[in-house]
Amino acid sequence: MSQSLKQPNRVREGGRIDRAQTLSFTFNGKQYQGHAGDTLASALLANGVNIVNRSFKYSRPRGIVAAGAEEPNALVQLGSTEAAQVPNVRATQQALFDGLVARSTNGWPNVQRDVMSLVGKLGGQFMPPGFYYKTFMAPASMWMTYEKVIRKGAGLGRSPMERDPDHYDHLNQHCDLLVVGAGPAGLSAALTAARSGARVILCDEQEEMGGSLLDSREQLDGQPAHHWVEGVVSELAQMANVTLLPRTTANGYHDHHFVTLHERRTEHLGETAPLTDGQRPSRSRMHRVRAGQVLLATGAHERPLVYGNNDVPGNMTAGAVSTYIRRYGVVPGNKLVLSTTNDYAYRAALDWLDAGREVVAIVDARKAPEGDLVEQARVRGVRIIEGAAVLEAKGSDRVTGARVATIDAETFKVTGSSDTLSCDTIASSGGYSPAIHLASHTGARPTWNDEILGFVPSLVKGVHAAGSVRGFHQLADGLANGCSAAAEALSALGFAATPVELPQVNTYRQGAACALYQVPHEKPTLRGPKQFVDMQNDVTAAAIELATREGFESIEHVKRYTAMGFGTDQGKLGNINGMAIAARCLGKTIPEVGTTVFRPNYTPVTFGAIVGRHCRDLFDPERYTAMHQWHVEQGAEFEDVGQWKRPWYFPRTVNGKTESMHDAVARECLAVRQGVGILDASTLGKIDIQGPDAREFLGRVYTNKWAKLAPGRVRYGLMCKDDGMLMDDGTTSCLGENHFLMTTTTGGAAGVMEWLELWHQTEWPDLQVYFNSVTDHWATITVTGPEARKLLAEITDIDLDRETFKFMDWREGTVADVPARVFRISFTGELSFEINVQANYALHVWKTLFAHGEKYDLTPYGTETMHVLRAEKGLIIAGQETDGSVTPEDLGMQWAVGYDKPFPWIGKRALTRSDTRRVDRKQMVGLMPKDPSVVLEEGAQIVFDPDHAIPMPMVGHVTSSYYSPILESGFALAVIKGGHQRMGEIVYLPMVDGKTHAAEIVSPVFYDPKGERQHV
Amino acid sequence: MLHIYCPYCEELREEEEFHPKGQAHITRPADPDACSDEEWGDYLFFRDNPRGIHHEMWVHAIGCRKFFNVTRNTVTYEILETYPMGEQPRFTAEYPEGKPADQLNDAQQEPSRQEGVHV
Repeated sequence: MSQSLKQPNRVREGGRIDRAQTLSFTFNGKQYQGHAGDTLASALLANGVNIVNRSFKYSRPRGIVAAGAEEPNALVQLGSTEAAQVPNVRATQQALFDGLVARSTNGWPNVQRDVMSLVGKLGGQFMPPGFYYKTFMAPASMWMTYEKVIRKGAGLGRSPMERDPDHYDHLNQHCDLLVVGAGPAGLSAALTAARSGARVILCDEQEEMGGSLLDSREQLDGQPAHHWVEGVVSELAQMANVTLLPRTTANGYHDHHFVTLHERRTEHLGETAPLTDGQRPSRSRMHRVRAGQVLLATGAHERPLVYGNNDVPGNMTAGAVSTYIRRYGVVPGNKLVLSTTNDYAYRAALDWLDAGREVVAIVDARKAPEGDLVEQARVRGVRIIEGAAVLEAKGSDRVTGARVATIDAETFKVTGSSDTLSCDTIASSGGYSPAIHLASHTGARPTWNDEILGFVPSLVKGVHAAGSVRGFHQLADGLANGCSAAAEALSALGFAATPVELPQVNTYRQGAACALYQVPHEKPTLRGPKQFVDMQNDVTAAAIELATREGFESIEHVKRYTAMGFGTDQGKLGNINGMAIAARCLGKTIPEVGTTVFRPNYTPVTFGAIVGRHCRDLFDPERYTAMHQWHVEQGAEFEDVGQWKRPWYFPRTVNGKTESMHDAVARECLAVRQGVGILDASTLGKIDIQGPDAREFLGRVYTNKWAKLAPGRVRYGLMCKDDGMLMDDGTTSCLGENHFLMTTTTGGAAGVMEWLELWHQTEWPDLQVYFNSVTDHWATITVTGPEARKLLAEITDIDLDRETFKFMDWREGTVADVPARVFRISFTGELSFEINVQANYALHVWKTLFAHGEKYDLTPYGTETMHVLRAEKGLIIAGQETDGSVTPEDLGMQWAVGYDKPFPWIGKRALTRSDTRRVDRKQMVGLMPKDPSVVLEEGAQIVFDPDHAIPMPMVGHVTSSYYSPILESGFALAVIKGGHQRMGEIVYLPMVDGKTHAAEIVSPVFYDPKGERQHV
Repeated sequence: MLHIYCPYCEELREEEEFHPKGQAHITRPADPDACSDEEWGDYLFFRDNPRGIHHEMWVHAIGCRKFFNVTRNTVTYEILETYPMGEQPRFTAEYPEGKPADQLNDAQQEPSRQEGVHV
């Protein structure tokens, strides 16, 4: 079988492909062949594959329309294995490699015979915007069920269900000038900047640099255009101040010239990164570029015309026809009809003729087209139908004809009788829309340019644009514009621009383009054949007209109602046409209708590239205490507290049976209450505070008094924000007259540190006080329980006598022969010593305690037991009992509020506001469930009257709830309206399962209410 | 992502190193008890939300830990100046091109201020 039979649309020579390298690939289960240099799209066209997908909503057969990022239809699912699945890849942007496997994204059982298309055909007339919501609206509870079925029928691609074998990198880059796009303007700009000595990054999303020059008919200095491209690219490649990034899309402009570039490094080689020397290179890189100046040479997207059945396979943009012929050596059909509004598109017809195939006619919307390209077509004997347009395409799976008639674009009317031309391809061009996406990311609104019939970018300081993106479509203009825009950027950077000698190119006499977007039809838009505006989202001209009739006047509302420009497409082909139709229906101009906002990303970016190395083990840093390895060896279960890994509980394994969490916690709790337990409390935040005004400062940031705290003493403090709500709590010890050690909650450490700095630096810079985080410097070991003193006494030189070393004292000395501070503070209600030693000694001290602790059955306990024990004592945890709306008084802690302190401390004023004085505020109380086996659910809502009609007034909620082994009952802390005055009352907790629990309001101190045990 | 000049480190650094701390130049009343509930409420909760020039407080949280002020255009995100605590801005809604020299006091001429950071 000859090559031409295998690839019927491949021409014998020309293009940038390598015919000597044949590549095999599979599409929808069938084997095909293409060549190195092909995209998947060009290879499919070469093989005569017409239908590449089914449309999103109506399931209509769809073919390839464009040749680049603007392709709306040819979305494929890539991957031969589950792990290699990549959804929604544009076939026009996927380089062909040997063994590529792709499937259409839509279509069941396949794209040729599709079941959903029946729905589209039968229901097509009746599927206006909002169809699914309007049709499946009742009952509301069923929507979730309907949605599952609808999504299956009308979805996009699917994500892989297995782990990605590839990895991805992030790179931070800096440069003087970032040039986006390596077409004529981008290349001349980059060359100017590079020769001037600036550090330049030049990126381009295509496989090769060169942009439009890769398929241009033009000669530069009498040579084919790509010769000039090759010369410039090889010069730039050799310069040390230039970084060339092909296959790299600038996806987002994120303020102050920070641009994210997505470089695809291996996707042209295989479905996963190929192994080299046993190593897998990163599949893609996200370059985070901070540029001095940014130059956008992003080009333009051709707008297709909107006419009846313009989505039948065989309808393409004119520029795509040229690209396939000249760059890929593929003629996507035999008989062409070109429908155009401008001179440029004539190139498609000339290229088609050059490829040896038939041009049936050029249908030009202009009454008397003139210009050099028009002349060239005339000279070659092409039939030109003037003042006319293609009204409608004929055919279903492939174009079979084009119905043509004269029209009046201004009055939107068909003026003559129609004639059907036999053809298999219709190319159309309604002009060129500058690719203004990146410029729009800056927040600057684009402006309409009547001369080029398109929006051009408004530029913020430091951003420049050159070439087609500014409407300079002629090659000579684009080249020159690249140089001058680079010179502007260089001047802003302080470089003198080195002039670049530009190649000689022809300039053409151009006829003016005419403004035509939607082609009129004999029937009203709502009754005629479907005219597609956004093919990816199946949005028609009729849908936009209907939206305006239903009262959607803002283009942003029209967009959301019809879904125009949604999804991966982002309106590259259709947005301007859609706006023009909305403008016509509303009787406005396009600039009056305005444009929708473009947001990053320009094209979809795989999550892998966004995540980079910040996944799996490197997803988030983990912080370990000095005793972490010991906990691991003891089989501890861990809990995440902020970034810390804290032991949650230590299950014991006896006779091969591992304790449940409930049993382990009960055992740990009783060990502390009856013997001695040990806790790794190193994660507590610790801030060293020094300076002559340290004491004064503490008095201002804590609610209670600090004036008289003597060295050697410790005090518990409450910290409020200036709104009077509790923010954090902890103990602070007086280490010396001008020296204190503050502790904070584990999660609040960094926030409290910043809070102290904030007040010192902004309100009280006159105070001499300094803060230093010492959380990681000191490890903290809590030894607690009736036997704690006996155990600690064995290994310390500190006198632990109860009369001289009292509760809320601290002493300095040695523990296990290393320097230590021992604090007699208690978070369990039992006799308790908190030992602080330098972190590098901590494991030694910990192990020494265990060596001596065996006879006391020293029991390690984790955060769960810590929580049960502190809750039995009614001790709060900031962030659990409090939520930013709880005052110290709400917690019953007015004993820790110094209203009579001289300085108006933070939070004081707010505590006298009428709202904070209300008697029916939610106040913290204890709850004892009437059934002691019940452990109430944390967060459960509380009501006074369970028989009240729904909705019941909710009067509070459970903040902490556990089972107490010492009380042999469930118990809870809660906040309840006016709770302090409701001791002994019964409240109710209706649960989702229909049960209602009853509980009695009690004191939050459940155990040892007089607090005797911590003083022994 | 903003590029912010720390007036203490005297370098342009990435936004990731900083924390925003809300509107700048909010002074805590010297005698809170003398404030009415409404005045106290204004101090606590009410902030400007201008379109255009805005003065903000930031902290170089993973740098020098210093607080400072930023004059930023909320439309273009352009940062017009950064300046230490205790100083007054040169660029204001009244003087979007900068206050004339005779309106500036000596403290504002210090080199720690960076103007027109993004040229």
